[in-house]
Amino acid sequence: MTIRCEIVAQDRMVYQDDVDIVILPGAEGEMGVLPHHAPLLTTLKYGVVKVRKQGREEIFTVAGGIAEVQPEVVTILTDAAENIEEIDVARAEQARQRAQEMLVKGVPMDTDAYLTIEAALRRSNLRLEAVRRYRKGATGLPTEK
Amino acid sequence: MASAREMRLRIRSVRNIAQVTRALEAVSASRGRKAMQAVMATRPYATKAWQVLKHIAKQPGHENLHPLLTRRPEVRNTLVVVISGDRGLAGAYNANVIRFVLRRFGSYPNPVYYITVGRKGRDLLLRRRQKVVAEFSNLPAAPSFADVSAIGRLAVDEFLEGRADEVFIVYTDFVNMIRQETVVKKLLPLEVDKEERVEAFNSARPSIAATYIYEPSERLILDEIVPRFTALQVYQAILESLASEHAARMVTMRNANENALELVEQLKLEYNKVRQQTITSDMLDIVGGANALEQGQQRPMAE
Repeated sequence: MTIRCEIVAQDRMVYQDDVDIVILPGAEGEMGVLPHHAPLLTTLKYGVVKVRKQGREEIFTVAGGIAEVQPEVVTILTDAAENIEEIDVARAEQARQRAQEMLVKGVPMDTDAYLTIEAALRRSNLRLEAVRRYRKGATGLPTEK
Repeated sequence: MASAREMRLRIRSVRNIAQVTRALEAVSASRGRKAMQAVMATRPYATKAWQVLKHIAKQPGHENLHPLLTRRPEVRNTLVVVISGDRGLAGAYNANVIRFVLRRFGSYPNPVYYITVGRKGRDLLLRRRQKVVAEFSNLPAAPSFADVSAIGRLAVDEFLEGRADEVFIVYTDFVNMIRQETVVKKLLPLEVDKEERVEAFNSARPSIAATYIYEPSERLILDEIVPRFTALQVYQAILESLASEHAARMVTMRNANENALELVEQLKLEYNKVRQQTITSDMLDIVGGANALEQGQQRPMAE
């Protein structure tokens, strides 16, 4: 018995497969979704989605968004999503520093610009955190490869 | 007839034009391709979001789900978002957009006002004394979603605050490299129950009408998804228009290039005629001069 999991970012389809369980960072707490779950809609926090298939686990970062659960399918719609294995730690670290500098240097007057930078900062933090916690053998530094 | 020197200059300048047009054609071709790829990339998200909206709309008692989904009984003001280019030299691209807008909304039963994207559209509408309340121009060559999300948000605000009772978007749909169609789409209120604009992405799956559990609440979830969806539609329309603009410019530039090369050929022909004529007359002069000399010399030699 499997449930279909689709992770869709604004600019691409990130993941699409039949899996055993999906664990989501729901607005009201983490939740595991098994096949034949009751229909449910939830907003997501910045966090990680874990997908388990035959004992193998894949982990994705999601930058908020919503998830729709139907008995046979889970659809995750988000601004940005990545498999943690494909996160470039060095780049994420750079992005984080850039965003932080911009916020320190001076808060832009225009709310839009501020929100964009803030979101970038939150995304980079999330990525780095996720890599540190979940990637096998990674220390948060770009040592491997 | 012009002198040979003038003609040489003229040929050189026309050749330069041909070079410039060919460069512009190449640039437009690659930019258009990129814009098209960007449209494609946003499609999965748009189709999925649309599916979710449709599922919500199928819920029992969904008439007044969300203000952005509610049709207003009386339409007093209409907002139209017009997407055109910042630059000319794209054939009839910008003119077509404006002609379409004026035909569609020129004699609308209620007042219409506009938000324009692109300098050309703004200028042309202002010249026709239309009411333009906001304009966005000088977008980057490859706009990201963040670059244009303000446009969608503005449209949503105008609608929610009651200044507009319906919102349309006019853009140019990219059919292929030689065909682009100016189209109009209703942006708000979002008409979820209409089937029209959905390409079946995963149509095999029957949509289920069981009642959802909402976390944290239905309202918050719709607040998250509906404005975002509208912004995404605006984004897609801009990308489509961009691809169309580049395609139109590419075709225009190719024609211009061909014309320039043809002109060069004609000018070369004329130039050669002029050149030959000069040579012939020079030769005649020389031959004449030589003959005269010869005759002058023959006399003493005969003695």
